[in-house]
Amino acid sequence: MPLPDVPLPTPNPPPVVVPELKSSPRGMDRRRFLGYVLAAPTLVVAARLAVDTTQPQVAGAAIPSLPEPSDLFDLGDLQDLAASPTSGLISIMVNSNGTASFALPRAEVGQGITTSVGMLIAEEMDLPLSDVVVTLADARPELVFNQLTGGSNTTRSLYQPVRIAAATARARLLSTAAAKWGVPVSSLTTRNGVITSSTGKTATYGSLATASAASQPSSLSVELKPASEFTLIGTSQNRVDALASVTGTKVFAMDLEVPNALPTMVCRPPTINGTVRSVANLNAVKNMPGITDVVTISTGVAVRGATFGQCIDAVDALAVTWGPGTEDTQSDATVLAELKKAELPLLAPPLNLLASTVEGDFTFYFRSNSPLETNCAIADVRANRAEIWSSLKSPIIAQQTIAEKLGLPQSAVTVHVMTGGGSFGRHLFFDAASEAAEISQKLGKPVKLMWHRTDDFRHGRTHPMATSRIRASFAAGNVLTFEQRHTSVSTDFTHGFGEMISSQLAELPFGNLGYAETIFELTQNVPYNFGITSQLLNEVDMGFHTGSMRNIYSPDVCTALELIVDQIAKGMSMDPYKFRRQFLKDARSQAVLDKAAQVGDWGRNMPAGTAQGIAFHAEYKGVCAALVEIDCTPQTVNRVVAEACTGPRVTKVVFVVDVGLPVNPRGLEAQMLGGIMDGIAQTLTSSLHFANGIPLEGSWDNYFYTRQWNVPPEVNVIVMPPTTGQPGGAGEFGVAASMAAVACAYARATGTIPTSFPINHNGPLGFTPTPVIPPLPESPTDGLSNTF
Amino acid sequence: MSTHTFKVNGQTVSVDVEDDVRLLWVLRDLLGIHGPKYGCGLDVCRACTSHINGRAFTPCSVPVSDIKPTDEVTTIEGLPATVGKPLHPMQEAWLSLDVPQCGYCQPGQIMAAVALVKEVQSKGRSITEADLDGIRNICRCGTYPRIREAIVAGEKDM
Repeated sequence: MPLPDVPLPTPNPPPVVVPELKSSPRGMDRRRFLGYVLAAPTLVVAARLAVDTTQPQVAGAAIPSLPEPSDLFDLGDLQDLAASPTSGLISIMVNSNGTASFALPRAEVGQGITTSVGMLIAEEMDLPLSDVVVTLADARPELVFNQLTGGSNTTRSLYQPVRIAAATARARLLSTAAAKWGVPVSSLTTRNGVITSSTGKTATYGSLATASAASQPSSLSVELKPASEFTLIGTSQNRVDALASVTGTKVFAMDLEVPNALPTMVCRPPTINGTVRSVANLNAVKNMPGITDVVTISTGVAVRGATFGQCIDAVDALAVTWGPGTEDTQSDATVLAELKKAELPLLAPPLNLLASTVEGDFTFYFRSNSPLETNCAIADVRANRAEIWSSLKSPIIAQQTIAEKLGLPQSAVTVHVMTGGGSFGRHLFFDAASEAAEISQKLGKPVKLMWHRTDDFRHGRTHPMATSRIRASFAAGNVLTFEQRHTSVSTDFTHGFGEMISSQLAELPFGNLGYAETIFELTQNVPYNFGITSQLLNEVDMGFHTGSMRNIYSPDVCTALELIVDQIAKGMSMDPYKFRRQFLKDARSQAVLDKAAQVGDWGRNMPAGTAQGIAFHAEYKGVCAALVEIDCTPQTVNRVVAEACTGPRVTKVVFVVDVGLPVNPRGLEAQMLGGIMDGIAQTLTSSLHFANGIPLEGSWDNYFYTRQWNVPPEVNVIVMPPTTGQPGGAGEFGVAASMAAVACAYARATGTIPTSFPINHNGPLGFTPTPVIPPLPESPTDGLSNTF
Repeated sequence: MSTHTFKVNGQTVSVDVEDDVRLLWVLRDLLGIHGPKYGCGLDVCRACTSHINGRAFTPCSVPVSDIKPTDEVTTIEGLPATVGKPLHPMQEAWLSLDVPQCGYCQPGQIMAAVALVKEVQSKGRSITEADLDGIRNICRCGTYPRIREAIVAGEKDM
């Protein structure tokens, strides 16, 4: 739904208060909020975006550590703050068929926000969830920083404004009914989209939608339903798009039928960022079956044709002379050497006569954040306008950048945000959209651009390789110091986070750090009372295609930290669970740890070669704990599955999560399941091997993301009841504690503390790499001999 | 270029295209049947899993010329429901357990699950943990535990 093009009403004259609302069941003494009724043919209401300011409870234990920046003010707070002054409104339209429509200025990529935001609207309006239609908004430049999907921030940033808009709609419908019937609003009740009077008159929202419409914008003071009256928020709801998913009717970008937007693929260089010097057979390839166009572009050579299959053949037929890339001499070992040189010093002395010291030095290899739907976009670029369709988490920056690249005004570029087949951080980048626009402009034709799977692994975005060094000291039952130095290939934040930070630097609780250091400070913390703590990031800019991968720094930082926590516990002759419990900073943290230990039967006798591991993580205004059991016995480790990575198997996971206020517990559980599978993969199996300027991986049988043979047969996610009353983040929250718990369990099962991740990375390569020239492996032809 | 005729979801279709074009592209790009998804084109991810004459296969790895006029291809769009119900029992199980996340792999997962259950039933037994371990379809969102649960639930009604 496009936002009606109306001026925003000013706070003066005073807002129209509906006095009857004061005696409504919503009570008299709660805060009131300003909603707007916009001029439109049907009822359209809106609200400004707002700031949430919750603070965690802090309890004392052991030697208290000072609150860290991210305890008090985290990345989500920064996002909220950056959003607050923008003039853009979010608006809800009430339709004459009784439904409410909301164009969500975020990207749905599987995390379930169309369902949870729909629930917020349904709750506040007293509508059935099925009557709320949530679509994804096109790029809306006036929202400035507030159309960025990341940092698990959607529910946090929209929880209040969406409910204010919905409450405004309900209040307006109530006052329309009250006027129509000549009765006070206080005599009316709402349920399931129907208003009922004390004398039994009824009217559906749909029947009042037009009568409630405004010819002039106005403001309205409303109050929100108290949590005690919630009937939907906090209940488990199925996804609103599940039916479309299971019937194959859910529409992704490549399922769109844009006229004449023919399949298009790109022949990419043999090393990353390599460039085209010349193409020997452009015309011959153009004459291949089905092919309509071949053109050199900034990232390679594009081919357009009747089918993607013919594009694959054409890409592989191209005889391209390539110039060097930017990382041609780089391999895992050279990158690691660069990282080692850049490691910041640890300050506490390594040997201390008065205290015991533990140290750890961990390496985390590159990982791919490629979702199952490969990078893709449709572009239709004309002389004076352009239209783009793609799954985009930063559509405003995409629109600005593409407009500049095409030489068009920003307003001439329409950017449609498509629902994505996963993201994991990948869709923060709009390289497919930008590339599609370039090809469409060069050809003067619409294109449906899709990356090949092999390209997604080799030329896609990576979680940067990193090291983490830790030194901790303890004496007399206390931890005195805890230092962590995280050194990483630089993470590319040039998709909007950077601009957001620049705009808010003066507001941050620490100095003018770089973007990456700022995000590190805003997300990382030591959740234990470990005396003097410090966690620092140093980055090495090496030109790799990096990006935020689900949970950014936390999985690696938390895994290193929790492995050392186990070592400190061991040094103090304490049980890992009891140690964590004693040193955690607050009761809320202890509660999730206790629950995990209790449900997971912590400390039970385990056979040799198997063990439990436990880990804790706090982020996004939430706390969580994971207890896992792992089987590292030879018969399990040596299982043979064709073209697969087996190895140790996690046999059981108990994951306990407290997000403050779970809006949709079933959806939250789904996100934790995904985080658990990611955590297992990152500790045990999945990484990219960089060799001579390009990753060797080219398919899902090379990049060993968790498969069914790696999945724990027993997984139990426990969603804690509301604690803070404010929803925290969910989408990324499950990864860190899961990865750490698997690492801790592996160390306890094998007696060897893993120091590089995933643990199989430096073993024999588990696959035969496909060539880089031609770039794409041919599709098999023997599919009919593998049926079942 | 030659004409290829076969049945898809109960309808006879004819397509003029080169023999070696894989069936996935014929379905998606030429016939506009978008349920089978592209995830690799390498018979690895299995997001395109569909049925041929009732057996699961990956259209990305079958040249269209291998499809005979008598062959019946079924995609998620043509998965037969049980009489009197709008959906197949496996789809119902998927919905009741809220299995999908992004949804991209789900058509392939469901088509693989249906074929797997039929296969074990033809052997006179029920789905085992080992059967579930053997499923190769990727779910990058990681909803695997719910997939396992749904297959066991869906099996009961098949």
